[in-house]
Amino acid sequence: MSSTDVTHHAADDQGHDHDHDEHGPAPGLMRWVTTTNHKDIGTLYLWFSLVMFFIGGAMALVIRAELFQPGIQIVDPMFFNSMTTMHAIVMIFGVVMPAFVGLANWMIPMMIGAPDMALPRLNNWSFWIMPFAFTIMLSTLFMDSGGPAGGWTLYPPLVLQMGDSFAYVIFAIHFLGISSVMGSINIVATIFNMRAPGMTFMKMPMFVWTWLITAYLLIATIPVFAGAVTMLLTDRFFGTSFFSAAGGGDPVMFQHIFWFFGHPEVYILILPAFGIVSSIIPTFARKPLFGYDSMVYATASIAFLSFIVWAHHMFTTGMPLAGELFFMFSTMMISVPTGVKVFNWVATMWRGSMTFETPMLFAIGFVIMFTVGGLSGLMLAITPADIQYHDTYFVVAHFHYVLVPGAVYSLMAATYYWLPKWTGNMYDETLGKWHFWISTVFVNVLFFPMHFVGLAGMPRRIPDYSLQFADWNMIATIGAFGFGFSQLMFVYIIVKCVRGGEKATSEVWEGARGLEWTVASPAPYHTFETAPVLDAGTVTR
Amino acid sequence: MRSSVCRSGVRWAFLAVLLMALPAGAWAEWGALNMPRGVTEISNEVYTLHMRIFYICCAIGAAVFGVMIVSMFLHRKSRGAKPATFHESTTVEIVWTVAPLIILIAMAIPAARVLIKMEDFSDSEMSIKVTGYQWRWHYEYMDSGVQFFSQLHPEHNKARQQGSDVDLATAFPGRDFNGDEEVYLREVDNELVVPVGTKIRFLHTAADVIHSWWVHDLAIKKDAIPGFINENWARIEEPGIYRGKCAELCGRDHGFMPIVVRAVPQEEFDIWVADQQSAMAQADTASDRQWSKEELVATGEKVYQANCMSCHQAEGQGIPGMFPAISGSEVATGSIDKHISTVMNGVEGTMMSSFSGVLSDADIAAVITYQRNGLGNATGESLQPVHVSSLRAGLDIKAPANVASAADTISTEGVN
Repeated sequence: MSSTDVTHHAADDQGHDHDHDEHGPAPGLMRWVTTTNHKDIGTLYLWFSLVMFFIGGAMALVIRAELFQPGIQIVDPMFFNSMTTMHAIVMIFGVVMPAFVGLANWMIPMMIGAPDMALPRLNNWSFWIMPFAFTIMLSTLFMDSGGPAGGWTLYPPLVLQMGDSFAYVIFAIHFLGISSVMGSINIVATIFNMRAPGMTFMKMPMFVWTWLITAYLLIATIPVFAGAVTMLLTDRFFGTSFFSAAGGGDPVMFQHIFWFFGHPEVYILILPAFGIVSSIIPTFARKPLFGYDSMVYATASIAFLSFIVWAHHMFTTGMPLAGELFFMFSTMMISVPTGVKVFNWVATMWRGSMTFETPMLFAIGFVIMFTVGGLSGLMLAITPADIQYHDTYFVVAHFHYVLVPGAVYSLMAATYYWLPKWTGNMYDETLGKWHFWISTVFVNVLFFPMHFVGLAGMPRRIPDYSLQFADWNMIATIGAFGFGFSQLMFVYIIVKCVRGGEKATSEVWEGARGLEWTVASPAPYHTFETAPVLDAGTVTR
Repeated sequence: MRSSVCRSGVRWAFLAVLLMALPAGAWAEWGALNMPRGVTEISNEVYTLHMRIFYICCAIGAAVFGVMIVSMFLHRKSRGAKPATFHESTTVEIVWTVAPLIILIAMAIPAARVLIKMEDFSDSEMSIKVTGYQWRWHYEYMDSGVQFFSQLHPEHNKARQQGSDVDLATAFPGRDFNGDEEVYLREVDNELVVPVGTKIRFLHTAADVIHSWWVHDLAIKKDAIPGFINENWARIEEPGIYRGKCAELCGRDHGFMPIVVRAVPQEEFDIWVADQQSAMAQADTASDRQWSKEELVATGEKVYQANCMSCHQAEGQGIPGMFPAISGSEVATGSIDKHISTVMNGVEGTMMSSFSGVLSDADIAAVITYQRNGLGNATGESLQPVHVSSLRAGLDIKAPANVASAADTISTEGVN
């Protein structure tokens, strides 16, 4: 069952006997600026996204504080709109995406037996663009004309009413896009070229598979988004009218282009999470992943379908009936491969020998609450009902269920799961479990009531609401502050683990499977400088 | 230690349930938790569809989570469970691919049927054009020519300003006969009056940015897109007041453009139309006469509060960086021609939209006079409605019909 039968030189030989290039990190701060090491860059990505998680979270708390009671108490409606817009941009482009890229950097080379990423210098660059891009993005909040306030979807003509700081937003989006595309190219190049001999595609861990597919989604859709925002830029500053009906353009065309990017984007935010959960559940069920092949095919099907469902975000824009029917049916189809995934996870748990350490708790929390979000997604696919749900808090509840106890939980699960490998120390298991249970209580207090107010008729993106929504909004705000502040525990646990703790073994988990568990903990600065030898019995996933 | 953590987990789950059950008041109002049935045939069918999908989703959830929970109980290492080694079964994979497909087809057929019915605009008996503005609705009855603007009621508009000390819980007692008591932010100055039992076709468009006209009880939500006209329809079965909201983010006051539809019997509707037509004829003469400065300032203050205050603020101080001040500004104290042009034509590339299609000649004259003689300004100048009419004639811009002067609206209608 365990994977100790891999012959590995790199880990044992660490620090000795190599005639050249065997060196640790450069000392001091410059290590982080100039590094081309996949582990260092992964660490940078992960810390960056953790910092952004609190910035985006603070914005969410501004929103929830304003919505604590009816009436406008704290912020101007314009700033409120900036907060909803920036919260989304930060959480999507600054938290979930970079965190997944960070995990890919750390884990993919170790999982496929590669010494590093295929393009290490590009890797450094794709990270270091991000802090600058986000500095520019966030600085618009302090500019005279304010931050973007038209929603993260940037629909014209509203977004074109924004002042001159709009140009900074577009510029920042371009740089974030460049960073993502470069990161994706690197991941694709690594997976195709750097696999250890014998690591066939169907032996790759699910996390590697899901990232390979995600990288293709990014490469295919980010340029589309870049094109759309460039057209906004020329409409706003250079007198074109791509999206202005008065000049012969079409505001709805923007929505089509945006969601052609935007829908694959939401799978970009969830496919790597599927990969993480597919690694964690077999480990703690002490049983191989059920239906690996069908998991790979399901991931590929989801990726394909993600390109033909975009207009389900636009059922109220006045599409022709045929279009509405097509997008309803194609959207419903997504639940088939997604269902296959959930069933496979349950079948993996079935007749296993489960223990419930923190990563497993978060993974199970993911499966359950992601499924709740998936089921409300199925409801949203039904066009006539969607016309009632659209742009209400029901939608807000839906996508927060798939993104917070979905994508974010998978990131927390991954952190607890691989933290001993990264630091060489075990994290505090008791605190980790407390973190899980407190987060899970509050995340549901926060998001579950949103289903109710949404169905009862509360539109999204409003700073003030009628009194019949008051009770549930108050509860949601309590949940938001509880969830937000309990994440300080997460930081405390990570810092405590980095600073010391019970030493971790190479294998860390009793049921661990895959090459990353064959190297020492903490993973040496360079791993698999000599490719591991995989024989028929080697467990790679 | 493990078992103590498990027990603490159970305790937390129990606490969570308690927390959810805490606001007993909220639980008591089940109606506030679900989609309303609504008052049209379509809205009822949508409701049925919604409930059917909801129950199917509950059943799927119960099955999946049930198996998980059983597995988590039975197959745990602490109970001595030994891991099995099975890891694939083509039969099982086929079953759980095909079974959901069958459920989906069972859901898709009724959904498609309702959708086709929703999109059938034929044989409508009257048409109403709904135009979204930042942040008000304009209604035009295509058959009788009646038209007017409808926006958040002035009392509610005052109450919702930041720092207002209005007690929202008691300020707006319900006046609904739908048993719906909460009307804060759900009242307008001019209601959309429609007859019951008539197939009404709505035509949706917008003047500035995208809005979305949503009336929950009619199961209508359609984007109002500048330069495009969308269609929709409703046949309301029972008289009543049906409230809605703008559903598409449309800028600063997106949350403050409610919709009120009053459905009345046909005879009542006919009387209402006749009243509106004569009111329109009267309003047309308002701009012909000479107005006193005091009268202009008094009316202008009300127009200001309804149209300008949300951006330029109550004292005309604006919001630095976002909305320019009016107090002491170059526009409001300098050349009056520049002032008139700013109000009538708007300022391109900013949120200052053109008001020539929104306000009557009298209201434009009044608000400009007010801005030049109130809000800390004292130019002493006043502007006559006739002057605005002549400018309009020169620009070839038609005045909006029946924009009853703000003064009339507030004093005669108020909160009924």
